[in-house]
Amino acid sequence: MTCSERKQAFQQRQQQWQELVDKACARFPERRENFATTSGIEMKRLFTPEDVEQVDYTEDIGFPGIYPFTRGVQPTMYRARFWTMRQYAGFGSAEETNKRYKYLLENGQTGLSVAFDLPTQIGYDSDFELSEGEVGKVGVAIDTLADMEMLFDGISLDKVSTSMTINSPAAVLLAMYVAVAEKQGVAPAQLRGTIQNDVLKEYFARGTYIFPPSPSMKIITDIFAFCKDTLPNWNTISISGYHIREAGSTAVQEVAFTLADGLAYVDAAIKTGLDVDVFAKRLSFFFNVHNPFLEEVAKFRAARRLWARLMKERFGAKKPASMMMRFHTQTAGCSLTAQQPDNNVIRVTIQALAAVLGGTNSLHTNSRDEALCLPTEDSVRIALRTQQVIAHESGVADSVDPLAGSYLIESLTSKIEAQALAYIKKIDDLGGVVKAIEVGYIQNEIGDSAYAYQKAVEAKEQIIVGVNKFTIEEAPPENLLTVKAEMEQKQRQKLAQVKESRDNEAVNKALQQLKVVAEDGGNLMIPILAAVKLYASLGEVCGVLRQVFGEYQEQ
Amino acid sequence: MAKRIKVLVGKPGLDGHDRGARVVARALRDAGMEVIYTGIRQTPEQIVATAIQEDVDAVGLSCLSGAHNNLFPKVVNLLREKGAEDILVFGGGIIPDGDIAGLKEAGIKEIFRPGSSTDETIKFITDQVNQ
Repeated sequence: MTCSERKQAFQQRQQQWQELVDKACARFPERRENFATTSGIEMKRLFTPEDVEQVDYTEDIGFPGIYPFTRGVQPTMYRARFWTMRQYAGFGSAEETNKRYKYLLENGQTGLSVAFDLPTQIGYDSDFELSEGEVGKVGVAIDTLADMEMLFDGISLDKVSTSMTINSPAAVLLAMYVAVAEKQGVAPAQLRGTIQNDVLKEYFARGTYIFPPSPSMKIITDIFAFCKDTLPNWNTISISGYHIREAGSTAVQEVAFTLADGLAYVDAAIKTGLDVDVFAKRLSFFFNVHNPFLEEVAKFRAARRLWARLMKERFGAKKPASMMMRFHTQTAGCSLTAQQPDNNVIRVTIQALAAVLGGTNSLHTNSRDEALCLPTEDSVRIALRTQQVIAHESGVADSVDPLAGSYLIESLTSKIEAQALAYIKKIDDLGGVVKAIEVGYIQNEIGDSAYAYQKAVEAKEQIIVGVNKFTIEEAPPENLLTVKAEMEQKQRQKLAQVKESRDNEAVNKALQQLKVVAEDGGNLMIPILAAVKLYASLGEVCGVLRQVFGEYQEQ
Repeated sequence: MAKRIKVLVGKPGLDGHDRGARVVARALRDAGMEVIYTGIRQTPEQIVATAIQEDVDAVGLSCLSGAHNNLFPKVVNLLREKGAEDILVFGGGIIPDGDIAGLKEAGIKEIFRPGSSTDETIKFITDQVNQ
């Protein structure tokens, strides 16, 4: 057949199908008037080659490990190594969390991920007034290097990579990590890991900010500069979309606002004189993976392609590594239900599968009880097994980017990329991310999406199994993890002991030196490292920085 | 015309997860109530001061960090201390079933768990305030 004969045959067959559709709809109306993704992209009844006519295989889809990396950042992806199985964990004291890390490593997790409590994340010690009731609740309490040493007791830092979900005080926790490694005889250059260190999203989606944007960006670029020479294998930032999605954004908004933040960090780093082809390879990302399977797979591919293009076109990045988007993914916390919690295992499985088919480099799977509390050992083991079953039994990791070429997936990938780029241009017009936050643009977009979703759930347009349909009478669940109240008291005592036994004169001198450097604009990592080695507390170090930089006030 | 019900939605403690608080605040507004949302990182003292200053009928507290047993009763007690015990206090967030009885005993009239609808909250406030 000639090309035009083929086209005619296609159209005839399509017309035939449309007639069948019309008949079918007359007898069995479809479940909705309109089917759309979370981002409002039409979920067509059927996707065909017509939907991907504009997509060029070589330039748009391409090959894994080659720009624009749509199919993945490594040439062989999971055929060589599975994604890192990295379960976010932490609660109570460093001892308890150390035990949980060993449990997870014994059960086959391949990377560590530290969850800190809120006082730690906000730069407060466990004995601070505002820490009351919060110590050890959402993560491990770290006050001084002594806690950090306990946290990694029996874990060699040259043998594991560690991701630390810490933002405003990231410099301090990174310094503590380096100090612990040093005591273990491990040089900084051997350390592998990540600090989240993404302050921008704190202002509009997560809330653990300390300082205003400008000094916060300075701290971040100080870390970039420090790591460039001292920790060359360390991911200096995990530019995050997870929390943006948790706050209620759509998939397109998640990509758009995350990448917009990324552009702001690259811009800030370049302005300090850093070369994009030196620091960009150590940027990493962190996304959510939610229920709508098909849009999520497309989302990851769109994000990779868009970032590569932006790095090349906006910043003139030359090295492939500078344009590669490596990312960690976490399954959506906000999708977990308190009702019939075992159903969450199913949700997490579908979500994890989408992340793997989207080519994630690292993955955390939530536990079934996490709408209620932090995970028990049994629950987190099931979450880890979910990843292991996908890896070893499903076969999806045996070929790279297996869903490429699907008319639906490629069409959605292109649409998500285009719509995310439109948002980024809008933010450009507003003057960049910091300005967009100041005028509330990003917050309003997210808030509108969150509200629309809630309305859809309450109108039963969006069904949540076990919550607004298929409900049952349930007894309250048993055997949930609780953080004991005495833990806080013990932690305060521990801190008091450390303060008593350290060289307080040396600590005071170090804190003074930190203040001087902060005021003069020097690299903060050096004086912070010196202070933490002397067992200055997180609260003390951040207290100095609060004095110099002030505190951010939410508008 | 009946006076509009006035509600303060507040986030005590260090928890910064405000999606629920904002959605509830907006739903209450759409239902015709006057709503003040405090933003995050409020102390119980700040919440109570604003509640009294604004002369609200009800205070809704949101906490997802597990600090509710410490923070929610503090708000109730401070309101009582200042002679504002007639202000209705309710809450939501990540609150285990096992804690609900204790919170109610401490004077938090209702707890809206994950999966609650905003309609439930609207009805509850309306019924309680109009009593």
